[in-house]
Amino acid sequence: MTVGAGTFSGTPVRRVEDPDLLRGAGTFVDNLKIDGMLSLSFVRSPIAHATIRSVDVTAAREMPGVVGVYSAADLELPDAPALMALHPAAIRPSLAKGTVNFVGDPVVAVVAETRAAAMDAAELVEIDYEPLGVVVDMEEALDRGSPAQFESLGGNVVIGLRTGSEDPLAGADVVVRGRFENQRVAVVPMEGSAIVVDPTGTDFDLTVHLSCQMPHVARAGLAKLLGMDQERVRVIAPHVGGAFGAKHLSAEGVVASKLALELGRPVKWVETRSENLVAMAHGRGQVQYVELGLRRDGTFVGMRCRMVGDAGGYGGFGGILVLGQTKLMAQGVYHIPAIAFDVAIVTTNTTPMGAYRGAGRPEAAAFVERIVDMAADELGIDPVELRRKNFIRPDEFPLTTVMGADYDSGDYGAALDEVLRLADYDALRREQDERRRRGDRMQLGIGVSTYVEVTGGGAEFSEVEVHDDGTITVKAGTSAHGQGHATAFSQIAADQFGVPIEQIRYVQSDTALVARGRGTGGSRSVQLGGTAVLQTSKLVVERAKELVAELLETAPEDVVVTGDGRLGVAGVPSKALSWGEVARVAAERGAPLLVQHDTERAGSTYPFGAHVAVVEVDMETGRVVPLRHVAVDDCGVIVNPMLVDGQVHGGLASGISQALWEQFLYDDDGNPITSTLAEYAMPSAAELPSFVTAHTETPSPLNDLGAKGIGESATVGSTPAVQNAVVDALSHLGVRHIDMPCTPERVWRAITAAQAGTLPDPWREPRPEMAGFPREGAAGEELERGAESVNL
Amino acid sequence: MVLVTVEVNGSSYQHEVEPRMLLVQYLRETLGLTGTNIGCDTSSCGACTVLLNGESVKSCTLLAVQADGAAIVTIEGLSGPDGALHPVQEAFHQHHALQCGYCTPGMVMAAVSLLAEEGELDERGVREGLEGNLCRCTGYHNIVRAVLACAGDRAPVGEVGAAGAAAS
Ligand code: FES
Ligand code: FES
Repeated sequence: MTVGAGTFSGTPVRRVEDPDLLRGAGTFVDNLKIDGMLSLSFVRSPIAHATIRSVDVTAAREMPGVVGVYSAADLELPDAPALMALHPAAIRPSLAKGTVNFVGDPVVAVVAETRAAAMDAAELVEIDYEPLGVVVDMEEALDRGSPAQFESLGGNVVIGLRTGSEDPLAGADVVVRGRFENQRVAVVPMEGSAIVVDPTGTDFDLTVHLSCQMPHVARAGLAKLLGMDQERVRVIAPHVGGAFGAKHLSAEGVVASKLALELGRPVKWVETRSENLVAMAHGRGQVQYVELGLRRDGTFVGMRCRMVGDAGGYGGFGGILVLGQTKLMAQGVYHIPAIAFDVAIVTTNTTPMGAYRGAGRPEAAAFVERIVDMAADELGIDPVELRRKNFIRPDEFPLTTVMGADYDSGDYGAALDEVLRLADYDALRREQDERRRRGDRMQLGIGVSTYVEVTGGGAEFSEVEVHDDGTITVKAGTSAHGQGHATAFSQIAADQFGVPIEQIRYVQSDTALVARGRGTGGSRSVQLGGTAVLQTSKLVVERAKELVAELLETAPEDVVVTGDGRLGVAGVPSKALSWGEVARVAAERGAPLLVQHDTERAGSTYPFGAHVAVVEVDMETGRVVPLRHVAVDDCGVIVNPMLVDGQVHGGLASGISQALWEQFLYDDDGNPITSTLAEYAMPSAAELPSFVTAHTETPSPLNDLGAKGIGESATVGSTPAVQNAVVDALSHLGVRHIDMPCTPERVWRAITAAQAGTLPDPWREPRPEMAGFPREGAAGEELERGAESVNL
Repeated sequence: MVLVTVEVNGSSYQHEVEPRMLLVQYLRETLGLTGTNIGCDTSSCGACTVLLNGESVKSCTLLAVQADGAAIVTIEGLSGPDGALHPVQEAFHQHHALQCGYCTPGMVMAAVSLLAEEGELDERGVREGLEGNLCRCTGYHNIVRAVLACAGDRAPVGEVGAAGAAAS
């Protein structure tokens, strides 16, 4: 499958985005200054669950520079926006009403002439709380008696459902069992949430500068919540300092918009980091009970999963991911003939859950790859061989899995072969043996993972126009925030037009300039936005060829893109017209070279890969050092290998970090104890190794580029590889499992327990409530469709 | 209000500032030099790194008044008078060491300072030298390569886009 006739696609073109960012000319929301702009600050709940008895804003209102101080009672606020509804009863107000449900819940909004004045006044707001019972632990939330957030739910279980096979372990010779925690993590884009809402413009009733991933989605949501015509609202995503699934229109953004409209002045809200760590949706947060049945020879027979998903305060939409993408990907890269998948989604008095890099897929790969390693250990089979034995084979694609996923293409063995070759797996095992024999203090752990994930799906918009100076404007409905679409999509277009990249002007992320779009999330952009650009460019070229054929008196089939910025007659070099000339004639005839085009809806693509992680474990302190990470990721056909590797590097850091360090923690009363960057264990360059990255290229048949997503794959693959490596380092002691993050304390405890012969059983039965949920019916199917309709 | 006199990117400035104003706020709000970003409130992220009398500092850890009399260079002052990128900026570009670009100004300033301080730098030295600067996008891999390239050290840390690609 070739991308185009030109020479840019498939090459590591340096980014057109870089110069502005490198010179400090970024347009991040906080850099925006508008005359008369006010600053917004929030008073947030310091208590995890409480009734609000009274709010006294008198002193705050009297502070110099203060324009207004508002609680929910003072404003007619719409509810907070949700990308997906978890349950009709699980509604979050934009400012807390009557009760607060997590530490960080915004209760009062303060608007002032300056940020300092708003923050000073916020400190004078007096709120009287009557504490309520708190539930932090998602399994305790299953208890019917746990303190509920929504009366109508009669507890904290928002969804409880049993799905799939009734008896998946029938016929198994051996069953391996594990209870795995996939811990809650914070997203931490280096720029937090930020919004400027301007009601003073003339062309639009509201112009919103929002640090977000999906400006058109945000516009539709905001217009609906405020009862406005979305054509009167403009949303601009300027430079966005990272998003990773978490940047959408937020409760605070709705309050800012409402206040800007009420006050008739621009309002800015920029989150502090300490706010960000409790206010921005968290990710992951599942407890997974997994049982894998095998025959003695290692063939998988069936799997039973019982999963608890944390939705956090108010039932954050991320809670649905366990029933969406985690369930969809539960089969991984293997044949598993029967799978049971029971789910409980609960509310807890914690930050609401959302999407974080991978959004449900890393959670799936984590438990599948962990239980496979446990099975290899149990049967005494090399983990690589056990995987190979159960792989879905290349000649079986396309196929629909037991979980209902339509895998488009794959060659799992090829990726595994390549990663083992690059890592020199046999040599690593030899070194591990030697260290074990010598009883070294530093033991080696080698972790393997083979994964598949799901990306994209849907349609996307593009517009391409050739101007009479020969420049070409390319637009797409996706919205990059670091991924480099301006470069990649310009490469795609430049190849079609046979022009240098510099001749392309790329436009995105502004609803006034791009007619429509679904934004960026779920690793959808190249396969959908890139394909839209490719198809639209081709339509423009077709139209131009017809015109040139007429002008040069030849047949359209004989017109070719020359590659030096012109259209000419094949074999007659002297007969050619420049793009500018063609555009001029087209415009004179009233049919400018401009095409708007939407791709047809495409199915999701399924990127895959294989990773090898090598860690060193200090047997005396439990400290784990990641030594090497080799990643082979297959994202189909690659447009820009430099950008792809950049995505892989970032994804690897996230995955390694979840396996070893990051966890957002609360005490029993629901007080966050990792709510600053001084406490939250986000890694620096000093903790991480360099990476070895490579790619197999198995094209997707589902789009013209043959591309699959790559933004999240490396996170999906790396997390289990690293966790497996840590357990592998201790497997000779009998250690079978260590939960993430594999902190020195946990690793040290495992070593000590192994030496004392007191290793805990990695399995225990889930809470009895799990058995009492209804089997999947119409309601469940509807929920799943909801989860798939938005990709994060 | 307190009077401060500073030289920033070669120009002199004098302002009355609130005693509690942070240097980063002075740069961003008073001088309008918004290239320097803010990423935290605990001096943990390094997004706000600038050069103060030639050494890198996190400009959120200093009050504006503490910079009185100092010479400061921000990201805006790094490129040459002709607008050409500084070698560290150029290396970041060539090695794809930035994605969203939010950590980039601070990271570049920290790297400039590190390169000036250390005669020789290997990969470990670069990684430890940049420990105070956080990035969520790049996994640091290409940042380390960019800085090593500037240091003239060709330690093998992999080639962008060229590592053993195998078609299947
Ligand atoms: S803003 Fe984070 S260290 Fe200064
Ligand atoms: S490039 Fe985005 S935080 Fe570093």
